[in-house]
Amino acid sequence: MPVVSFEHVDVIFGPNPTVAVDMLDQGKNRDDIFAKTENLVAVHDATIDVQEGEICVLMGLSGSGKSSLIRCVNGLNKITRGHLNIRHKDTLIDLATCDWSTLHNLRTERISMVFQQFALMPWRTVRDNVALGLELSGVPKNKRHQIVEEKLALVRLDNWADKFPRELSGGMQQRVGLARALATDADILLMDEPFSALDPLIREHLQDELIQLQKDLKKTIIFVSHDLDEALKLGNLIAIMEGGKIVQIGSPEDIVSNPVNEYVAQFVASMNPLKVLSCASLMRPVETLENDDRKTNSKIIDPKNQTICTLDDQGRLQKVTHSGNDISMISFKEDLDLKTLPKGTIVTADADTPMRAAVEINFVVGLPLPVIDRIGKLIGVVGNKEIFSTILGKTNKKKSMV
Amino acid sequence: MNWTPDFLLEKIPFGKWVKFFVDGLTDNFHQEFRIFSDSLEWVIQGTIMSMAKVPPLILIVLLCILAYWLHRKWVLTIGVAGAMLLILNLGYWEQTLQTVALVIYATLVSVLFGIPLGIAAAHRKWLFTAIRPVLDLMQTIPTFVYLIPTLMLFGLGMVPGLISTVIFAIPAPIRLTYLGVTSVPESLIDAGKAFGASKRQLLWKVELPHAMPTIMAGLTQCIMLSLSMVVIAALVGADGLGKPVVRALNSVNIAMGFEAGLAIVIVAIVLDRILKQPEGKEYIGG
Ligand SMILES: Nc1ncnc2c1ncn2[C@@H]1O[C@H](COP(=O)(O)OP(=O)(O)O)[C@@H](O)[C@H]1O
Ligand SMILES: [Mg+2]
Repeated sequence: MPVVSFEHVDVIFGPNPTVAVDMLDQGKNRDDIFAKTENLVAVHDATIDVQEGEICVLMGLSGSGKSSLIRCVNGLNKITRGHLNIRHKDTLIDLATCDWSTLHNLRTERISMVFQQFALMPWRTVRDNVALGLELSGVPKNKRHQIVEEKLALVRLDNWADKFPRELSGGMQQRVGLARALATDADILLMDEPFSALDPLIREHLQDELIQLQKDLKKTIIFVSHDLDEALKLGNLIAIMEGGKIVQIGSPEDIVSNPVNEYVAQFVASMNPLKVLSCASLMRPVETLENDDRKTNSKIIDPKNQTICTLDDQGRLQKVTHSGNDISMISFKEDLDLKTLPKGTIVTADADTPMRAAVEINFVVGLPLPVIDRIGKLIGVVGNKEIFSTILGKTNKKKSMV
Repeated sequence: MNWTPDFLLEKIPFGKWVKFFVDGLTDNFHQEFRIFSDSLEWVIQGTIMSMAKVPPLILIVLLCILAYWLHRKWVLTIGVAGAMLLILNLGYWEQTLQTVALVIYATLVSVLFGIPLGIAAAHRKWLFTAIRPVLDLMQTIPTFVYLIPTLMLFGLGMVPGLISTVIFAIPAPIRLTYLGVTSVPESLIDAGKAFGASKRQLLWKVELPHAMPTIMAGLTQCIMLSLSMVVIAALVGADGLGKPVVRALNSVNIAMGFEAGLAIVIVAIVLDRILKQPEGKEYIGG
C-alpha cells in the first residue's frame, strides 16, 4: 500500500479555478485557459503512488509544476480537484478535504520539508533553527536540546550549533535545513530542489550524504529536481513533468531506455551516463547474443568472435575462453584494485555495477564484461560497442526516435 | 460673462460640518473628555514629578550607563555626559524632564496602537487600503489645524500636546511595522507553515522577529517626530522645552530663544545616538 498517493490532482491558481476545471474537462489546453480566464493550470491530472521507503523524484523544466505538486503534500498549496491520500496510523487522510487540526498534526508529526533557498531563520542560531519544528509542536526545552544535538551530529554540524546561518557556507546551510527536517522524526520528507542552489561539487557531496542517510533512515522521500542526473542517482521512481502534466513515470532504467517523447528524450540525451547508469541499462541482453556454432550453450561476447562464454543448463556462466584458451575470471567488487588486475582477465559485473567501473575495467583488461545475476546466470554483456553507443546517446530505442 | 455654473458657486459648507462635528462632541461628551484629560494629565505630571525628585547627576549617570551598555563606546558615553551637563548648566533641566516625559508617553501610545495596527494592515489588504489615506492626511495636514479641536476637547495642558504629538508621530510605527511584516520572505513563511506553525506562532516566531529591525527603526522615527513637536505642543499649554521658545518669541528674547533651542537640539542628538542600532547587530535576540 502506498504511503502517499496522488489521484488525478489538479492545482489551479487564479481568480476562479472552478471555471478552469470545466474548461480542462472540455479539453481546452493550459494556454487557452490562461488567456481566457487568467487561471493558471499549474498541475493537471497527476497520479503517482509513492511506496514506503521509496525516493520519488519529480523531474521537469522550471515552470512544469513540480513545486506546485509537491507543496500539495503538506498543504502549502490547495488541491483544486482530485485526492491526495496519506496513510496515517491505519487511516487514510485526504489532503484535499482534511481540516486544519489534521493538517497541523501531519505537519508536526508526519511530514517535513527541505527548501530550495534553505529558508533558515537568519535571527536564529543553527541550533535554534534545527529546533524550530520541535518548538512549534511544544516539545519541552531539554528534550528539544537533546534531539537537536543528535540531528546536528547526524549532518556533522555539531561544532557549528551556536553560529548564525549567514556564517555558514551554502552546503552547510542546507545540511542545517536537512537536520531541521529530520528533527521532528517525520517519516515523509519533501525536498523541493534542495541542492539546486549549490555548487556542482557540493551538490554531489550532499546527494551522496542523502543516499547514505537514507540507508539507515528509510524515509519516504518526494524529491523535486530539474536535473536528470540527480533524479537517476537518487530516485527509485521518477515522474517526469511537462507543462503541468506527468508525461512519464517509471524506474530510472525505464526512463533512460524508453523515453516516451521528445521532451524526455532530450533530458536523457543531456545526462552524464557515467554518473548515473549501471550495467543493467548499459548491457546488451543475453537474448541478442549469438550462439557459437561449434558448441551448445555458448555465447559469443565480442565482435571478433574470439571471446566465448560457456553456460550450464540453467544459463549460469561456467567459463570464458579467448581464442580457444580458458582465461581466469573474477567478479567485480567495489574495492577491486584495478592496478593489480592483469590484462586479459575477465571481470564479471552485476546489474548494479556502475557504468564508470565497467568502463574502467574494460579499459584495463581489454575484454568485455559478462553481466551475471545473483545466481550466476549470464544476463548480458558490456563491451566497447555498448559503452560507445551509450556515451553517444545511441541506444536502440532512441535511435529510432531521433 | 460668468462661465461658472451656479451650483459651483454655492460654497460647500465643509468647515461648518467639521465645526458641527466637534461642537457635537464637546456638547455631548464634555464631561467624559474632561475626566480622561484630567486623569492623563495627573499621570504625566506624576511621572515628571518623580523624575524631578531624583538628583540630576544621578539621572545623568544612569543615562550614561545605559548608553555604554547599549553601544560599548566610551566616546559616545562621555559625549552624552557632557551634553546633559550642558543642559543642566543652562538651567533647562526641569523643562527637559517635562519634554522627555511627553516624548515617552507619546511614543508609548503610538507604539501601543501603531504596531498592532501595522500588523493588522499587513495581514489584511483592505485595511491597508483604508488606512493609507488617513496616514497620509495625518502627516501632511498642518499641525495648527487640529490644535484647535484638540484644545476644545481636552482643554489646555499636557494632554492636548500629547494628542497632537501622537497624531503626528503614529504614522511612522504603523508604516514601518507594515513594511517589516509584509517584507518577510515567502520562503520563511512557508517554512513556518510546513513545520506546523499556527497563525499566531507564525506572527511571533517568524514575522515579528524578521520585522524587528524595521519596527525598531519605526520606534526611533516615532521618538524623533515626537520631539519635533515640542514647540507646537507648547502652544496648547504642554510644559517642556517648547515653552521657553514660545515665550522668547512673544517677548523677542534672543538669548532665551537660542538657549532653549540649543537644549532641544541636544536632547534630539542624545536620543538619536543612544537609539541608533549598533551596526552589524541587525538581529538582536529573537
Ligand atoms: N502561488 C502561485 N500563484 C500563481 N501562480 C503560481 C503560484 N505558484 C506557482 N505558480 C505558477 O505555476 C506554474 C508552475 O510553477 P512551479 O510549480 O513553481 O514550477 P516548477 O517548480 O516546476 O518550476 C508556473 O507557471 C508558476 O508561475
Ligand atoms: Mg520549483
